[in-house]
Amino acid sequence: MALALFVIVAIFTLGGAVGVVATRNVVHAALFLLLSLLGAAGAYLLLFAEFLALVQVLIYGGAVTIVVLFAVMLTRSSEYPRITDNRQWPLGLITATVLAVVLGAAFWLAPEVVAEPQAPAFTELGASLFTKWALPFEIASLVLLVALIGAIIIARTQNVAAQDDAAMEGEG
Amino acid sequence: MVPLLYFQLLGAALFGIGFYGVLARRSAVLIVLSIELMLNAVNINLIAAASYLNGTGRFAAFDGQIIAIFVITVAAAEVGLAFAIILRMYRNRGTVNVDEINLLKW
Repeated sequence: MALALFVIVAIFTLGGAVGVVATRNVVHAALFLLLSLLGAAGAYLLLFAEFLALVQVLIYGGAVTIVVLFAVMLTRSSEYPRITDNRQWPLGLITATVLAVVLGAAFWLAPEVVAEPQAPAFTELGASLFTKWALPFEIASLVLLVALIGAIIIARTQNVAAQDDAAMEGEG
Repeated sequence: MVPLLYFQLLGAALFGIGFYGVLARRSAVLIVLSIELMLNAVNINLIAAASYLNGTGRFAAFDGQIIAIFVITVAAAEVGLAFAIILRMYRNRGTVNVDEINLLKW
């Protein structure tokens, strides 16, 4: 039963991923990414990581996909429906295949783990996050703040900056 | 029950696909999407290890899940910043194809 569910989840995840790297349409790529991310959320559920699955659906399924679609819209990538790949794509395919095979072989040859997946209690996870991992947690919030401010400053137009300067001179 | 190896192989395959996307795609938007795939592969690995190896002394008390939370946080920040840069790139150069952004290439 669990194996059948795993196969379904793996087909969703890998099929979506192949769609992202193979489709010729940027909007389709974003939607394939959503499929792949939801498949990964299913894998988290199979591993009894309910909280992570919820976070995955909320942040990736919601926020990231919307940001991607906004970027596609603003850069007018969808006006070029037949996007092309690099000329070096066969070399990339070989390199990526070798990398995946080496990674898979490393896992395959590692000492086998005979264990059942276990689920942490929510309280245990929360206690660990706010005691043992409190400092990284605070740093993560700072990283998010810096990324937010940086994104606004990078993305806003020169005209807006000029208007701000004019407004400040007007006030002064 | 599904063995740990299957989840690890799923992660390895997903990472390989994402890596191919980074190497082969021309549009910066699609390269960022491929990076997201690679980050997800890492997350699957971390969470699988956290669930299976808990209590064996090799992986303490579901730390893998906490690290996965941080990976998701950094990925969200990265997406926001990356698309701000792509937007700037598009306004300045009129393209998001990385092989046409060659100002620093001599």
